[in-house]
Amino acid sequence: MMARKSKPKVAVWKFASCDGCQLSLLDCEDDLLAVSQEIEIAHFPEASRAVMKGPYDLSLVEGSITTPHDAERIHEIRKSSKFLITIGACATAGGIQALRNFKDVNDFISIVYATPDYIDTLQKSTPISDHIKVDFELRGCPIDKMQLLEVISAFINGRKPNTPAHSTCIECKRRGTVCVMVAQGKMCMGPVTHAGCGALCPSYDRGCYGCFGPQETTNTGSLSTQLKKLGADDDEIVRTFRGFNAYAEPFRKESELHDKENH
Amino acid sequence: MNKPVIIDPEGLNQLISTLTRMGFQVVGPTVREEAIVYEKLESIKDLPEGFTDEQDGGIYRLKRRSDKALFGYVVGPHSWKKFLHPPERRLWSADSEGNDFKIKPEKLESPKFAFLGVRACEMHAIAIQDKVFINDKYVDPVYQIRRENAFFIAVNCGQAGGTCFCVSMNTGPKVDTGFDLALTEILDTDRHYFVVEVGSDRGAACLEQVTHQQAQNEEVRQAEDVVEKTSGQMGRTLDTTHIKELLYDNLEHPRWDDIAERCLSCANCTMVCPTCFCSTVEDVTDITGTHAERWQKWDSCFTMDFTYLHGGEVRASTKSRYRQWLTHKLASWQDQFGSSGCVGCGRCITWCPPAIDLTEEISQIRDSETQTSKPT
Repeated sequence: MMARKSKPKVAVWKFASCDGCQLSLLDCEDDLLAVSQEIEIAHFPEASRAVMKGPYDLSLVEGSITTPHDAERIHEIRKSSKFLITIGACATAGGIQALRNFKDVNDFISIVYATPDYIDTLQKSTPISDHIKVDFELRGCPIDKMQLLEVISAFINGRKPNTPAHSTCIECKRRGTVCVMVAQGKMCMGPVTHAGCGALCPSYDRGCYGCFGPQETTNTGSLSTQLKKLGADDDEIVRTFRGFNAYAEPFRKESELHDKENH
Repeated sequence: MNKPVIIDPEGLNQLISTLTRMGFQVVGPTVREEAIVYEKLESIKDLPEGFTDEQDGGIYRLKRRSDKALFGYVVGPHSWKKFLHPPERRLWSADSEGNDFKIKPEKLESPKFAFLGVRACEMHAIAIQDKVFINDKYVDPVYQIRRENAFFIAVNCGQAGGTCFCVSMNTGPKVDTGFDLALTEILDTDRHYFVVEVGSDRGAACLEQVTHQQAQNEEVRQAEDVVEKTSGQMGRTLDTTHIKELLYDNLEHPRWDDIAERCLSCANCTMVCPTCFCSTVEDVTDITGTHAERWQKWDSCFTMDFTYLHGGEVRASTKSRYRQWLTHKLASWQDQFGSSGCVGCGRCITWCPPAIDLTEEISQIRDSETQTSKPT
């Protein structure tokens, strides 16, 4: 294997988000040293005040676009990045803040803020890919740190990352977790949810919340039928699909079918 | 072969100790996460005493029995393939050395498993996987070593489950081949014992270490009655008459569209199926790029990656994926491996969240064909 010439310059950017995903990078603990030896952290305000100018070999973008200012800023970041990866449900689907997309945001502004005039926000919270070309999307709320390492390793070594887009059920079955929906009648989003967390919640005896968004081929209608059999009413189905990935298309469409306000 | 003998629950306990002393890891049914799963057993205390299960399409419920039966249930979410064909394993690793790299094969070592409580359908499932993994030109060495080392204590089913149809598939409920010992559990009003059939010399040798007595004709007859009764309790039936031709003739049947409306393409059916054997490989590097590994993981014909070729997926629709799975399982499996790929265990029915039932789907396709077929 050839030795690499120089370390790739990596930048981490934040948009509307809780910072949890970028913290996953700092959370890499033992692996963090190895990561810092292989990449140059050129822009990561959460970790260091030392900021290097672009262009950057790799940008990791966290958060959704919610303001006119951010809608412009993301284009500047794209211009200064050779490769751009969005990380987390906010950046890939609009995040939990995309719940505003189902209402009129002005109704919230007048209730929440003492001086609504100061607020300059967009009607919708949207994923980064609605605004610019994204080279790769890493799902999760938050992202899985091992998957983040895998994506960074793959980028550095010029290969495709292993982040399968199949259902979470496959992860349950591989680890031997008993299906909570079949054996206990618990509501679970696993069959329509993208793998990546290692089926964490079912291994703690809870249904999947769908943090990793829709899997590659969702049949949300069939899952809703099943959830109704388990006792869920339309309101509950709306809440189930309107989580961290509420605005991801298959989840959005399914929740709208059950939303009384649309009927 | 040797005549059947009788052991009591304490004898079964001695059998577990004997096998453990012989270096086997005894694995079998135990209660975990509201289900009966297959895990390591230390003694009969780990067995699901007094438990049973109720099963139907998309539903499994663990229930209490009124007696102290140790095997009073049918098959659960796990199958023995998790031991013989592990869900995830490293195939090899490699390290870079200068401008070259060196591949390190995995050591071929495996615990010696003693499988306790293997049902007739599961013995057949293992025989089917043998054809795939070891009885052909290409041998899977990990499966082979695990398979050849394994000791089989089978159990004849004392009851059938709501999704069982082994009678239709000729795979049960009586264990016929491949076992070292086969138990039939008898719960009389005043006596709890097992009629033990011996299937191999090592089974007989093992039994020598266990308190036992010759079975009386009456006891053997009682064991036969148990299996007979179970045969009559099947929760499902599947008419397998010309099933290969039926499926090959109906590749464009509207029923496939109907199934696709319900199918979640979650892959649960393939994961719980004791004969489904597909796997994928993932190549990974560490962040330094000097160390690489190849991992094998259970895969499913329900994922998009499964048929991904240059330019896209061959089977992009759920309809085509379900049709592929069922047609392979019941029809083309016969062409490929000389038997059906289905043993009638019912797991794909029970563990399918929207309760898709292959016996019902086949029956729908068959009925419509009967209605439309022209007189010959």
